[in-house]
Amino acid sequence: MLLDLLIFLPLVGALAVGFTPRGAVSLQRGIALLTTLVVAVLSLVVWGSHDLASLAVDKAWFTLPGSQIDVGYRLGVDGISLLMVVLTGVLMPIVILSTFGHITERVKEFMIWVLVMQMGMMGVFLATDLVLFYFFWEIGLVPLYFMVGIWGGKRRLYATLKFFLYTFAGSVVMLIAAIALVYKAQSTDIAAITDSMAALGVSDTIWLFAAFTLAFAIKVPVLPFHTWLPDAHTEAPTSGSVILAGVLLKMGTYGFLRFSIAMFPAAAVAASPYMMALGAIGIVYGAFLAMAQTDIKRLVACSSVSHLGYVVLGLFALTRVGLAGSLIQMVNHGLSTGLLFLLVGMIYERRHTRQLDQYGGIASVMPIYAIFWTIAVLSSVGLPGLNGFVGEYLILLGAFEAIPFWAVVSVTGVIFGAIYLLMATRKLLYGPVVHEANRKLTDLNLREIGLMVPVVVLIVWIGVKPSYFLDRTEASVATIVERLDQARDGMQTAQLPAVKGGESR
Amino acid sequence: MEVASYLWLIPLLPLLGAGICGALHLATLKARKANPDASGPSGLAPWVASAAMAGALVFSIVAFLAICPCDENVTKDGDAIESLRSSTWTWISVGTLHFDLTMWLDRLSSVMTLVVTGVGLLIHVYAAGYMKGDKGYAKFFAYLNLFCFAMLMLVLSSNLLGLFIGWEGVGLCSYLLIGFWYEKGWPAEAGQKAFVVNRIGDAFFLVGSFILISVFGTLEMQDIGAQVPAMIDAHGGMLALAALLLFGGACGKSAQLPLFVWLPDAMAGPTPVSALIHAATMVTSGVYMIVRLNPLYAASPGVLLFIGCIAAATAFIAGTTALVQRDLKKVLAYSTVSQLGYMFLGIAAGAWGAAIFHLVTHAFFKALLFLGAGSVIHGMHEEQDMHKMGGLRKHMPRTFVTFVAGAAALSGLPLMSGFFSKDEILAKNFALGGPNYLLWMVGVVTAAITAYYTWRMVALTFFGEERFDAKHVHPHESPLVMTGPLMVLAVLSIVGGAVLGLPHVFGLWHHLLDGWLEPVVLPGNEILSAQTHMHMPLHLSALWEWILLALGSGVALFFAHKGFHDHKRGLAMDESVQGAFPVAHAKLMDAWTIDSTYSRVIVQPVKLLAFVIAVIVDQFAIDGLVNGAGRLASDLGRRGKRLVDGTVSCYGLWIGAAAVILALTWFWRGN
Repeated sequence: MLLDLLIFLPLVGALAVGFTPRGAVSLQRGIALLTTLVVAVLSLVVWGSHDLASLAVDKAWFTLPGSQIDVGYRLGVDGISLLMVVLTGVLMPIVILSTFGHITERVKEFMIWVLVMQMGMMGVFLATDLVLFYFFWEIGLVPLYFMVGIWGGKRRLYATLKFFLYTFAGSVVMLIAAIALVYKAQSTDIAAITDSMAALGVSDTIWLFAAFTLAFAIKVPVLPFHTWLPDAHTEAPTSGSVILAGVLLKMGTYGFLRFSIAMFPAAAVAASPYMMALGAIGIVYGAFLAMAQTDIKRLVACSSVSHLGYVVLGLFALTRVGLAGSLIQMVNHGLSTGLLFLLVGMIYERRHTRQLDQYGGIASVMPIYAIFWTIAVLSSVGLPGLNGFVGEYLILLGAFEAIPFWAVVSVTGVIFGAIYLLMATRKLLYGPVVHEANRKLTDLNLREIGLMVPVVVLIVWIGVKPSYFLDRTEASVATIVERLDQARDGMQTAQLPAVKGGESR
Repeated sequence: MEVASYLWLIPLLPLLGAGICGALHLATLKARKANPDASGPSGLAPWVASAAMAGALVFSIVAFLAICPCDENVTKDGDAIESLRSSTWTWISVGTLHFDLTMWLDRLSSVMTLVVTGVGLLIHVYAAGYMKGDKGYAKFFAYLNLFCFAMLMLVLSSNLLGLFIGWEGVGLCSYLLIGFWYEKGWPAEAGQKAFVVNRIGDAFFLVGSFILISVFGTLEMQDIGAQVPAMIDAHGGMLALAALLLFGGACGKSAQLPLFVWLPDAMAGPTPVSALIHAATMVTSGVYMIVRLNPLYAASPGVLLFIGCIAAATAFIAGTTALVQRDLKKVLAYSTVSQLGYMFLGIAAGAWGAAIFHLVTHAFFKALLFLGAGSVIHGMHEEQDMHKMGGLRKHMPRTFVTFVAGAAALSGLPLMSGFFSKDEILAKNFALGGPNYLLWMVGVVTAAITAYYTWRMVALTFFGEERFDAKHVHPHESPLVMTGPLMVLAVLSIVGGAVLGLPHVFGLWHHLLDGWLEPVVLPGNEILSAQTHMHMPLHLSALWEWILLALGSGVALFFAHKGFHDHKRGLAMDESVQGAFPVAHAKLMDAWTIDSTYSRVIVQPVKLLAFVIAVIVDQFAIDGLVNGAGRLASDLGRRGKRLVDGTVSCYGLWIGAAAVILALTWFWRGN
């Protein structure tokens, strides 16, 4: 029941907003805020529950025509999805609060789309049936298309088309792969599919692995499928960017873990060096991309490419440490990049420019803003004691255990990350106030401070006591690691007879 | 209650102080909204911050007494208490990997906590006067206290990852404090440079820690030390590599070649910051870390020799650069780089104790010199150019006397603190022999250079004619709150060396610091003895000791006199050198052009590469393909426009079509 509510309360909220008169902006905002707050509380209830398995829902839905395959309405939460569910729950009220500043037109539609989106995202993380997963996957993506297209910036149509083409390509690939998978496993229950697939070797699963991985790689995005992201981020309204960075991109990395790695461990082991390479190159490439930006929002967007490279690197290192690090880094990226986007939005609302050279000396004019910005940047560069370090360290260590070379390449990201973020900080906050328009800027108001405080609390909390969060993922990660070990053993024994045969001849 | 449980208070008190000062700063900001000139409650900040430091100092002393060898400090079983340990929670735990947040005070960290809290307290008091009237008064103390928290975490953490929390934390505070006057622009750039250059070192540090985890399965420094002897045969190469990489981290933090370039720029920060962070404490953390891990470094004599070469080169290059600087703080900055080189020279000879000895005396006399320089700058209305000073001894007598005490210690005049610590480092290199003779020689030459530039600085600042515009600049002595700490540090600079580390040839009392640190460095000495087949710690015969002491005194006295004599009458010497060797002078002025070379061969290419990636690779190549695909799609769409009327419905249609295909597939299969 709890999980049903997490998914369908946003839908109820969306319907309720739909029935309000068009001009009742406060009412629409109120309903959306209340709905997301209730969902946030419910997600924390899920976090507090120590028997996650008991929350699972499994109801018959329909049987695929002409087959014995029962599609179920199956929901569940485990150590892998738990952090994502809570992140989605906690971030959405913050997003709604942030819209009060920049969404002033067509508020009603916007709130409906946001709530529908939340339903889709919750569904993706909670669905344990493949058909249901795909259903929510699509629902989660469509609203962003409208958000960018209607409330976006000047080049919104280009960004929308690009986003659409990429997403579309990814969805088609995933759909085909999903059909083939269901066909092959004779089930739509993800747990059952995982069990039957995990036993298969590389040659049996490599194409399915490749298709799912491609679909998720576009979503994350992994190099070289990343070019939709800076455009979408730059043109999206602040709230859209926060959701995109905070949760939507995590659907891709979550998919990597849930499908590519857990379902096809043998293929994942085989592909690990290549995926790690893509992750490591993504870290460095994204950092250089960010260094060259003059648009502050685009810079943060490019930093996402770099930071998600860490997640990919850690996941496909396929070590316990790397997986745990990536799981926590998914949350970290959502928090720190989400916070950066919020802050970029706040300064944009005041100054209506995103060009770094239009700023300078903001710390003198908006000291409170400077404090929050500095915290967000420090979290993002991975300062020990804040959240980012925990994820980065575990990921790099995990990668080092797998392939030291890619860990060493990726460590340079620690340097480059400091370069572009501190450069942006200096240009934004420090130096004299050169532009007259900056002199009159007002510092953050209580709403803006209030909506960022929970994020900052989490940033510090994860940094100081990460074990509180890591412990909840432990069991699920251990299961996956076990599967991976079995797959490695299987691959070794599969190779042995061939060698022996060669010798006997 | 046990003393160990108070251990956490040592770092936590400054953290608490930082929190309160931060709140005071916010309250000040609020008060300033109504009245832009209001100072709000910021006047409380130095009291809070200094009280926090005083508290930390008291607890450091209590903890020190608890591990002192005496009858009371025994466990129930009758064993002597050698160290204190206090754990909190497991920080990170994944699988078999555990990192705890544990405070561990042994004899080495006890020395460090006393230096950090003691010198730190003096600098806090001084800063109360120096920073008065600054509009970030409370913020400054919040940062300063936060720094002390991080520094104490660094020296008290029992494992390398906990040390790294402090390591990066002090880096952050250094960044914030260098850029404290960010409105001017260039301090912010200097802060950024410091952070980024330190990050290069940190990247090495991280990889080093990965290797240690893969070899030892832990980052607990005590466990690593204990396991090293068993690992040398099987993993000697890995140990050497880890040691080398961690030294890379130390090169960043402790400003050694090739990463020293950030420290001279760091002088953009307020002078108390230069004294505390960029002379007495943070920059020595690399030395501390290596001494802490002495068994690891002892296992690889090759790495030690490499460290010695880097250290000698750094000491020499920075020393020569200090010879020609005009900016008072720049002289001290390059001098600090050079003196840090000495500390690493001590490590290179396996003289762990000597390195810490020089660390301690340097903390006294360099903090003194920086604070003295601050007092001069304060009295000269922010003037830092020595060519525009001169004759200041009459105007600021207390600053002058204490500064001379610091200069005497730095230049290693006989019986001053720097004399003993520097002599010990050089003697140990001499005793080790082999390639270390060369290091010793560089060390002696650098000692001569040090004496020369130190007394040039004293002469140019305090003697000769007054070269400032007496109409506009009225030099004045600083208030007691600033000169008080100077006097305390002056006493320490003069007698500190003799008290802590009198060479045994004097036969008056024992070398206290050596005796105190003996259990800490014992494992390293044993391993090094086995590796080099020499008996560690090394001892010279009394005759050689006296010869080296005499040589050290002679060199220091001669060059100190020369440096002073050449410059006491004014700028003639400086001008004639610059006139005679303009090219060499310019190169020395620019620290052998190392920094500008970096800018040309690293910074500019990185910027270019970023541009190439962003514009050519990303926009033209990758996005070009994407846009091409997009055009193709829209062309197709135009051709089939009866079927497709817009992208959104197109999307839905495709999904619908796919669903139909899905259904058909099953239908077909079912039949």
